[in-house]
Amino acid sequence: MIGRILAWLTDGAHWQGSDGITRRLLEHLAYSLTTVVVAALIAIPLGLYIGHTGRGRVFVVNLVGAARAIPSLGLLFIAVLWLGPRLNGDIAFLAPAGIVLVVLAIPPILSGAYAGVESVEPNARDAAKGMGMRGGQVVRQVELPCALPLIMSGIRSGTLQVIATATIAAVVGLGGLGRFLIDGLAVRDTPQTASGAILVALLALAVDMVLALVQRCMVSRGLTGRYRTVQVFDHDADIEATPTAPLLQ
Amino acid sequence: MTWLRDHIGEVLGLTVQHTYLAGVPLILGLLIALPLGWLARRYKGLYLLLIVGTGLLYTIPSLALFIILPFLLGTEILNPINVVIAMTIYTVALLVRTVADGLGSVPDVVSQSATAMGYRRGRRLISVELPLAVPVISAGLRVAAVSNVSIVSVAALIGVQQLGSLFTDGFDRDFMEPIIVGVIACVLLALAFDGAILGLTRLATPWQHAGKPAS
Repeated sequence: MIGRILAWLTDGAHWQGSDGITRRLLEHLAYSLTTVVVAALIAIPLGLYIGHTGRGRVFVVNLVGAARAIPSLGLLFIAVLWLGPRLNGDIAFLAPAGIVLVVLAIPPILSGAYAGVESVEPNARDAAKGMGMRGGQVVRQVELPCALPLIMSGIRSGTLQVIATATIAAVVGLGGLGRFLIDGLAVRDTPQTASGAILVALLALAVDMVLALVQRCMVSRGLTGRYRTVQVFDHDADIEATPTAPLLQ
Repeated sequence: MTWLRDHIGEVLGLTVQHTYLAGVPLILGLLIALPLGWLARRYKGLYLLLIVGTGLLYTIPSLALFIILPFLLGTEILNPINVVIAMTIYTVALLVRTVADGLGSVPDVVSQSATAMGYRRGRRLISVELPLAVPVISAGLRVAAVSNVSIVSVAALIGVQQLGSLFTDGFDRDFMEPIIVGVIACVLLALAFDGAILGLTRLATPWQHAGKPAS
């Protein structure tokens, strides 16, 4: 079986054309990127506002809990059956699926942004105010950078959620790698189904790693403590051996 | 609502199946995560390895995992055991970190007092550290329970019967009511799991609500 899956994956014909792997992979990335960006544009400002003012905390906590309990497959079907007949053409299944993906990505990003601001050292906030910063400046220059690690982990879990749900959304006609799984299951083409599953898993891993790298580059070294150690002129071999090695968190 | 009245038996049967597919992995996952979390806590090098490793497993989309597992295990794709194992993997991935952090939340003075009272490592873990870690572990378990209930419904796409089957049946027939009934049943089941874990946690941590000490 493994051989047949490998044969399917390495067959050049399966990589080309409008239903080839390359095209489906790009579609999957495009859906995920678009919906996560839209969700982030809604959720991050809202989370910063809630974290900064402390208004609506109960709302966020309950929203995140409730969103986790709602099955995405059911939500997807309801959206398509309800919105689909009101729309025409391609948009009839693209729009409901897109809305569901955005809706699913909002809660983790919102809670990351809110929890990030909430976790900012009160001393740092007080110091910023003491230096004469206004509310908006405190948010942009102190709270946002300090909240970045949690905002990024919210974006990462939102993105994984979107990649997984976009796979499922192939069942309502969306493109992307999910097509190989859903179409393969429908015609009992096992090598195709398994290859699709492997590709989706690899895509999720790769995207998460890229986001982890982005997080590493974006988050201030003042927070992570990953300073480049200054060369110490000391004859202690231990220190000389690792003069510039970045420390892991 | 007429559909629900006519199919109440079917819905209840699917709910039982769903409870099994989401609940058994919760227990198995906790049993596996406890020793792993303890190891992660005890050996610093293992912590990173276990947290990163389980984190990678958690990134695999559920539908992909349901499909890949039968090949790795040599089981039939329709066998519900695949779903149980996939959900156990997700549960372990969530809980290893929680268990490690929970054990880490036990104040050092408490462990030291236990040692001073003559507790050896094993007994100290079972009767002092683990009970004190229960609130943290329970919080993680609640997250795992609620997301398990939601993820299990995806297994309807590979033909494993549970509440998610109502979604696919309804969608295939362009019929909204079974889908809505299924979503509500899933949410209620998630609430039931949540309540059960909260209740058990209360029973396991009587000191947390013993009232104020007598002065």
